[in-house]
Amino acid sequence: MTLTLNGEPVDLPDGATVADLVATCAPSVRGVAAAVDGAVVPRGTWDRVALCEGQRVELLTAVQGG
Amino acid sequence: MDDPLIIAGQELASRLILGTGGAPSPQVLDAAIAASGTAMSTVAMRRVDPGTAGSVLDVLIGRGVRVLPNTAGCRTAREALLTAQLGREALETDWVKLEVVADDETLLPDPAELLDATEKLVADGFTVLVYTSDDPILARRLQQLGCAAVMPLGAPIGSGLGILNPHNIELIVAEATVPVVLDAGIGTASDAALAMELGCDAVLLASAVTRAQDPAMMAAAMAAGVTAGRLAYRAGRIPRRVHAQASSPTRGMAVL
Repeated sequence: MTLTLNGEPVDLPDGATVADLVATCAPSVRGVAAAVDGAVVPRGTWDRVALCEGQRVELLTAVQGG
Repeated sequence: MDDPLIIAGQELASRLILGTGGAPSPQVLDAAIAASGTAMSTVAMRRVDPGTAGSVLDVLIGRGVRVLPNTAGCRTAREALLTAQLGREALETDWVKLEVVADDETLLPDPAELLDATEKLVADGFTVLVYTSDDPILARRLQQLGCAAVMPLGAPIGSGLGILNPHNIELIVAEATVPVVLDAGIGTASDAALAMELGCDAVLLASAVTRAQDPAMMAAAMAAGVTAGRLAYRAGRIPRRVHAQASSPTRGMAVL
């Protein structure tokens, strides 16, 4: 399936979860948060939330700022 | 002298809050944080970059500094709420520096969106430290909505123009029911000292340190400025006078 990660298309196996996506795409899980279609997915549920074709996922982390 | 800053019941060991934006490297940031003695630093939430090694969190956690996520870049209450929720999830803190700006040219707060965002974040359980303009009435409204600290700007973000309207800052301080943090506009140590002399509880700055020629030295200068200003405020300055007043005795003068 294809979905959008941080504005770019990404291919994932069917049934992949938010946890799978974070493990693939983030250098570290620490300090990372995920939103799917504009809603926050709590960290504790990442391995239970299956992703679907066409969804928009944002993975954010802390950077220098403010 | 025991004089801690207390925000939402939490004691912070320094009245200087250091933003991390603008530092040229993690090493420079680390040295600046150490020299500043800060107990809390802000970070922004941005998209994960798979190619980035290390994190600003390594520096902050290494120095035992509390991490305060911000909502920098948000233009609407909706964006700010989602960004704050992501910061809470990522960093496991319900504290947030709320920023809702109107445009890129001024980076000035959008009052209508700011009020809406403050209401939404407080309702969602956040401890909201809100970046605002130097308008005393807006500051009053934000406190009525339940913010934990009100953070008026001295001048636009990154401008280094100092405190453009000291009178307004004094008005905000005079009726504040929560800590007042002078946030944005500081250019040099005397600006930080002035903020504290006006009665602010703390100063938040980033660019003035991170973009200084020697960030660590400027961080030390800011810490000294904040301390000096705070002591002067508590000590009670002499009133301004139109005419001179001799400090040496006028009696007992020799006739020469």
